[in-house]
Amino acid sequence: MKKVALAVTLFIGALLLYAAKDFSAWGDLQSPASASPVSKHFIADTGVDTEVPNMVTAVLADYRGFDTMFETVVIFIAGIAIIAILRCTGADADSLALERESDVATEPDLIVTNTVRLLIPVIQLFAFYVLAHGHVSPGGGFQGGVIMGASFILVALAWDLPKAMDRLSVDRAVMLAGVGILIYAGIGLFSMLLGGEFLDYAELYHVLPVSREMARYHAMLGVEIGVAFTVTTVMFAIYANLSTRGRLEGGL
Amino acid sequence: MFGEEGLLNELLVLLNKLLVERFNYCVYVVLLLIGLYAMIAKNNLIKKLIGMSIFQTAIILFYVSIGVKEGATIPIYVAEHDPHGHHAEHTVHIDEANATEVSEENATSLTASHEEDHGHHGPRSLTDEETSGYANPLPHVLMLTAIVVGVATLGVALALTQRIYRAYGTIEEDAVLAAIQAEESATVIPDVLATKPKQASAKSRKAKKA
Repeated sequence: MKKVALAVTLFIGALLLYAAKDFSAWGDLQSPASASPVSKHFIADTGVDTEVPNMVTAVLADYRGFDTMFETVVIFIAGIAIIAILRCTGADADSLALERESDVATEPDLIVTNTVRLLIPVIQLFAFYVLAHGHVSPGGGFQGGVIMGASFILVALAWDLPKAMDRLSVDRAVMLAGVGILIYAGIGLFSMLLGGEFLDYAELYHVLPVSREMARYHAMLGVEIGVAFTVTTVMFAIYANLSTRGRLEGGL
Repeated sequence: MFGEEGLLNELLVLLNKLLVERFNYCVYVVLLLIGLYAMIAKNNLIKKLIGMSIFQTAIILFYVSIGVKEGATIPIYVAEHDPHGHHAEHTVHIDEANATEVSEENATSLTASHEEDHGHHGPRSLTDEETSGYANPLPHVLMLTAIVVGVATLGVALALTQRIYRAYGTIEEDAVLAAIQAEESATVIPDVLATKPKQASAKSRKAKKA
């Protein structure tokens, strides 16, 4: 079996290396990725279309908004799936109850908890900064959401899961993940109601006191907030379920 | 003799092309192969998942290295190319220029001329020369979402692994397969005529408990 695997792997490797010699060289200006009209359009016109200096955010939340919406849905479904897979019922719960007694209960460490107490506000503030400043500097909903989720996971690591669940229970996390997608799709539907297409943010200038371009700018922020909701809560739900085998109690 | 040297030269050129100019692609191929081999050959499910993560990292490296552009910066406008900042500056200039005309013209004509100027000096697309200074944002966008979705799918895979451990008490693939086969052979023979597979599995569970 291992020899077959090795042969298959080496064969694929040889094919890939054979193909690699036809790729454009490192940093080639004429490479398809750099010379394509799509790339030129994104770089040249993002600022005109949307007034967002960060092209990555503009492409993510506006030009490819539909794609990103369903990426968010994928994350949401992953969170739901993990809960569905690990939820305990009947006999499983009994056998886990026996395991529970063998868990070693430890007191939260004084130094760790106090350090975390100081760190958490900074981490959360930084998460908001990354989220809200995603238009003009590297950042956005996914990154800010992950940092935010990490702050809740840090609480669970330093104390125990119930302490973190007091702040964000898994039920509420799933609900907020849905709210995130609703914010995203809601902005899309709202721009549809105003006469545009789905996720055609420019139409929001009817209700916002700004130009069409700035309407896209602000709608992107709204969409990123939706993404951040989903990512934050799903990251925490994944950690909470995986670290306790679906029991949602006890320490690490 | 001459022919052999030609062949050697060609080989050297090819190696130079592959290992020096396209080293990034070599690294991605090697990483991808490590991940692929781990996914196929390793017996432990967690090791398979580690292989999957390495595989994903290889793809991310591939995309990011495709997006590299000589002499280009990250795809965020610097101040002078930012049409928004540019635009704002222009408005101020127009206001200054118009300030002298205020005494001569009335308010309505001022706004009209202002809007006209707006059209002329408004945000403009970047020229070809300016666009060459920025990397293509698209590979970065794709990888940004790929990383987060990768974390989510890895979470689902780990959850499935935990579930398998709970059911079979092992995460070694061959042991799990042996357990499944033993379970099937224990139930299928008495239930050959049973039409509903659900009943069979329920019985097997009961048999296992007993």
